[in-house]
Amino acid sequence: MEARRTSRIPIDPKVRQVGFFAPGALRDRSQSGPLGFSSSPPVSNISPTGNSLSPVMIPPPRHASDNFVLSRPLAVPVSDSTLRPPAVEDRMAVGSYDASELLLGTSASSRIGDGEFSEDYSVFFRRSSSGKFASSLPSGGFDSTAMKINPPAVVPAVKKYAAKKPAAVIEKSGGAVAEMQNELPTSSKPLKEKTTKAERRALQESQRAAKAAGKAGGNKPAAASGAATPMKEKASKAVKQVPSSVAASDKKGGERIPEKDKKKDVPPPRMQFDDKNRVEKAKRRAVVKPTEARNRVELFRHLPQYEHGTQLPKLESKFFQLDPVHPAVQKVGFQYLAGDIVGGNARCIAMLRAFQEAIKDYSMPPEKTLARDLTAKISSYVSFLNECRPLSISMGNSIRFLKNRIAKLPLTVSESEAKDALYSDIDRFINEKIVLADKVIVRHAATKIRDGDVLLTYGFSCVVEMTMLYAHELGRQFRVVVVDSHPKFEGQALLRRLVEKGLSCSYTQINAVSYIMHEVTRVFLGAASIFSNGTVYSRVGTACVAMVAHAFRVPVLICCEAYKFHERVQLDSICSNELGDPDVISKVAGRADVNYLDNWRDKENLQLLNLIYDATPSDYVSMIITDYGMVPPTSVPVIVREYREHLWI
Amino acid sequence: MDFQVVVLAGGTSKKLVPLVSKEVPKALLPVANRPVLSYVLELLEHSNLKDLIVVVEGQDAALRVGGWISGAYVDRLHVEVAAVPEDVGTAGALRAIAHHLTANDILVVSGDLVCDVSPGAVAAAHRRHGAAVTAMLCSVPVSGPLESGSSSGKDKTKKPGCCNIIGLDPTKQFLLYIATGPEIERDIRVQKSILRAVGQMEIRADLMDAHLYAFKRAVLQEVLDQKDAFQSLQQDVLPYLVRSQLRSELSLNGAPHTEENGHDKVVPGINQVMLSQLLAKTSTPSFHELYAMGPNGSAPVRRTHKCCVYIASQDKYCARLNSIQAFSDINRDVIGEASHLSGYSFSAQNNIIHPSAELGSKTTVGQNCMLGEGSQLGDKCSVKRSVIGRHCRIGSNVKVVNSVVMNHVTISDGCSIQGSVICSNAQLQERVVLKDCQVGAGFVVTSGSEYKGEFLAKKER
Repeated sequence: MEARRTSRIPIDPKVRQVGFFAPGALRDRSQSGPLGFSSSPPVSNISPTGNSLSPVMIPPPRHASDNFVLSRPLAVPVSDSTLRPPAVEDRMAVGSYDASELLLGTSASSRIGDGEFSEDYSVFFRRSSSGKFASSLPSGGFDSTAMKINPPAVVPAVKKYAAKKPAAVIEKSGGAVAEMQNELPTSSKPLKEKTTKAERRALQESQRAAKAAGKAGGNKPAAASGAATPMKEKASKAVKQVPSSVAASDKKGGERIPEKDKKKDVPPPRMQFDDKNRVEKAKRRAVVKPTEARNRVELFRHLPQYEHGTQLPKLESKFFQLDPVHPAVQKVGFQYLAGDIVGGNARCIAMLRAFQEAIKDYSMPPEKTLARDLTAKISSYVSFLNECRPLSISMGNSIRFLKNRIAKLPLTVSESEAKDALYSDIDRFINEKIVLADKVIVRHAATKIRDGDVLLTYGFSCVVEMTMLYAHELGRQFRVVVVDSHPKFEGQALLRRLVEKGLSCSYTQINAVSYIMHEVTRVFLGAASIFSNGTVYSRVGTACVAMVAHAFRVPVLICCEAYKFHERVQLDSICSNELGDPDVISKVAGRADVNYLDNWRDKENLQLLNLIYDATPSDYVSMIITDYGMVPPTSVPVIVREYREHLWI
Repeated sequence: MDFQVVVLAGGTSKKLVPLVSKEVPKALLPVANRPVLSYVLELLEHSNLKDLIVVVEGQDAALRVGGWISGAYVDRLHVEVAAVPEDVGTAGALRAIAHHLTANDILVVSGDLVCDVSPGAVAAAHRRHGAAVTAMLCSVPVSGPLESGSSSGKDKTKKPGCCNIIGLDPTKQFLLYIATGPEIERDIRVQKSILRAVGQMEIRADLMDAHLYAFKRAVLQEVLDQKDAFQSLQQDVLPYLVRSQLRSELSLNGAPHTEENGHDKVVPGINQVMLSQLLAKTSTPSFHELYAMGPNGSAPVRRTHKCCVYIASQDKYCARLNSIQAFSDINRDVIGEASHLSGYSFSAQNNIIHPSAELGSKTTVGQNCMLGEGSQLGDKCSVKRSVIGRHCRIGSNVKVVNSVVMNHVTISDGCSIQGSVICSNAQLQERVVLKDCQVGAGFVVTSGSEYKGEFLAKKER
C-alpha cells in the first residue's frame, strides 16, 4: 500500500500534463530534479515549470506545525532534496520505496544516453517497488545495454535496494548484470511466473473468502428476513443476485467454471442500472414502479436515475398499498424525498431516531424470534428509505451497526429488554459516533486554527462550522472564506450564521476559487465518506477546491467522523455516485428570465447531469481530522480495520 | 393501519332539496347512474383503505345507505355505518363517533366528493410534516353548462359563494389563512404573528377546500372536546386550527416533547443541545420551527402546530356535490371530461348505451351521453350530453340536452328538456318544455306547460 502510494506521485499542478504522456516520461520530469542536480542539469532546465521553479519558490513552511510536514511527505521531499543533496542519502537508507524512487531518478539521468528505454526502465523499477522484483525483470523489457551504459548510477542504487530484499536477489544484483540478464529469462521466469500466478490467485481467493465471510455477517439478517415482506424481499433478492451473475457473465475467460460458483457467494456490489435484463427483472418486483428517465447521461446510466418528479406521486398514490412502514420512518422517508433533511449526519440521525420509534412500537408477533423478525422489519424500512433517496454511506454504516446489534442480542433476553437495549444502543451510537465525535473533531481542528489565518470552506459542513465557531470562542483571530456553488447554495446559510456570530467572512462562488486561494492559509472541508484508499467522497465541488488548494500549496484538512469511513476503494466518482434533479441545474434562482433550458427534456441530444458527490484523491488531502485524531489519508484503512469492532459494536 | 378513515356521508341536505328525499339521501344521489358515495368508496378502495366508518345523518338515511353499501360492497370493504342525529354538523358527527377513533391519524372524507386525487398523497404530506391537520385543496371546477354562454355567466356569479379564500406560505405547503362560507364576504383578517413568522403570504381565491382532511387524532379530539360550539369542520375546526397554529393551545402538541425529553435524559444536556443544532442546521426548518425556536435558537419555547395543505394538480378532477348546479356539473363531467371516474367503458361514439336500452328510428344519442338499463326511446329523439337512468320511457320527438334524468321517468312525446334534473318516477306529459328546472321525485308535469329555472316538486314535502 505504502509503496503504491508513493509511486503515485501527485502531479505537480504547475506541470499540467495535457494530451497523452507515457507514465515514464511524466515520472522523469517530476523526478529528475532530485538527482539531476549533479549529473544532468540540462534535464532540469528542460523540464518546463515545476522543478526549475522549485529551488526559488519553495514555499517556506507557512505553518510551522509539524503535523503538516509529516502528513505531507509527498510534496516536501522533492523540494527538500533539491536543496540539500545529503538528504538523499538519508532517505535512501530509510525506506525501500524511497530508494526505488531514486532509482527512477537515475533512469531519468540515463535518458541522456539513450532516451528510448528510459520508459521501460521506470516501468521496471516501479514494478520492482511492488515487491516482484525478480519476476518482473524480464517482462519489463529489461535491456542489458541499458544497465551497462550507466552502471555507476544504477548499481549502487540497486544494491541499496536489494539490501532489503531476499538473498537471491542480492546475488543477482551483486554487480553481475549480464548474468542476471542471461539467467532470468531461461530459468526463473516460467517458474516464478507460475508460482506468482498461483500465489496471486490463492491470495485473491482467500481475500474473497474473507470478504464474503465479513459481508455474510451483514447480509445474513437481510437474507433471513424473508417471511414478513415477501414482495420486498424478492425485490431485494433480485437486486442482490443481479450483479453476481453479471459479473460472472462478464468473465468470458471461458474455462473458469469453479470461479463462477465462487462468484455467486460474493456479495455483489451494487445494482447496475444499465443492464437492461436485470433492471427489467428488478422493476417487475419493485415496490413502486420506477419510470424511465429520459435523457440519461451515457456515462452514468448505471446509477439509479433521479426520478423525483414521478417518484413522489407514485409513492404517494401507493401510500396505503405499500407494506406497512412505521409512521416515523415514513415521515423521514418523505422528508428525504422532499429534501427537507440533507447531509450525512442529519440523515443518519433522523433515520436512527425513526428506527428508535419503530423499535419502541414494535411488538413481536408470536411464533417468531425477535432477532429475525426485527431485522426483517428494519430491512423493509431501509428499502423504503432507499426508494425515497439512495442511502448515504453514513446511513449504511449505521444500519449495519443496528443489524449487528440485533443479531448479537442473546436469545434469552425478553422482548422488552431487547427493545430497551436496542433503544439505548441507538442512543449510544448517536451520542458517541456522531455528537461526541464531532466534539472531538472540533477540539482537534481548532488547534489548527491560528491567529491571522484565512480559512476556506466549501458548501456546508456541520463540523466545519462548529470548528470555526469554537475557534472563535477561543478568541482566535481569523477570517473565513465561504465558497459556495449552484444549485444548493448551502454555504449561504453557513455564512449567515457565521456572520451572526461575529466572524469576518468572505463569500464567493466556486468559479472564483482560484482567485481567492491566494489569501487562504487553510482549507477545511467536510466529507460524506472517506474510502480506504484515502479518497474523500463529498459534495460535488470539493475535489475542485482541494485541487486548487493543493496547487497553491494550501493544506487541505478534511473533517469527518470515523463512522463514515468505508472499506470500499473508489478511484473515481463515476462508478458510484448519486444523481440529483437535473432540473435544478437548468434554472437560476431568482432569475425567471433565464429560461433557455426550460424544455430541455424534449431535446434528444441534450442531457443534463447533476451529480451529488465527487471523489477527491488522497493526494490532495493533507490531513483527515477524525474522532481518533488527526491522521494522514493513508491511515484510513488502519482505522477501518483496527477500529471496526470498536465502530460497529 | 395507522390511518382510520371516516366518510361523512351527510343526510338529506337542504341545499339539494328537490333532488334528495327521504328515499334518496344525498349519499345515494345518482351520478352517472351510480350513487355518489360509490365514488368516494371506490377511491378509498383503490388506495387499499378498506376499513371505513361511514357516518350518516338520520336513522332512516343511515339504514338506506347501510343497505346499499352492504349490497354493493359486501365482500370488498369493511364498512361500519354510524347514524348520528340530524343537523349536528360535520364536527358534531365526528364528536358523536369519537369513541370509535383509535388510530393516530384520521382521514376525514366528505361523502359527496367526486375526485381522482389519491388520498395517499394527502396522507403523505401529512406524515411528512407531522402536521396537526392537512387539507386537500383543488382548483375550483368549471361550473355551468359549457354551451350556453348566458347561463354560464349567471352561474359564475352564483358560484363564488362556495369557494374559499386561502392563504398559503411561499412553499405552498402550509395553510396560513382560510375563509369559508359567510366569512368570505367579510374583510380578511390575518394575524401579524403569522405574517411576521412567514414573511410572505399568497392569497388565492381559485382554490377550493375539497373536504378531504387528515387530522391528528389527538388534536381533533381535543378540539372537539374543548369547543362544544363547533359545528362544522370546514367553518369552525379548520379555521380555528389555522388561526392558532403559532400559539397552539393544544396540550397534546406539547406532550410528544416531554415524552422525547424523558428519553433523552440519558444523554447529557449539552449533547442534546448540540444534537438539535446539528439537525436544525442541516434540515430546512419550517417557519413553525423557526418561530418556536425563540430568539436564541435553543430549545423550543413556543408551542406550535402545523396546518398543511396538499394542492391537487390541475389535471386531476375534483368536485363536490353540494349544490344542484354541482350535481348537474358532476354528472356532465363524469360522462364527459372525467370519464375515467365513471368506471364504464365508452363506445366508439364516446357514449354509454346499455345493451338493453331500446332506441326508436332516427333517434340520435350524442357524445358524452349515458343511457341506463332498460330505457326506451321513441322515434326521432335527440339526446345530447345527458344521463338517462334505468327503465325510463321516453316518447317520440323528445329533446334532452345537458340534463339528468333519473330512473323510471316517463317523458311523453314532443318534450324538450334542457339543463334540467328530473328525479325518479317523475312524469312529463306531452309537449312540456323545461329549461334549467328541477323536477322532484314522482312529480307530474302537466302537458303543454313551459317552465324556466323552477323547482317543481310535490307540495307535501
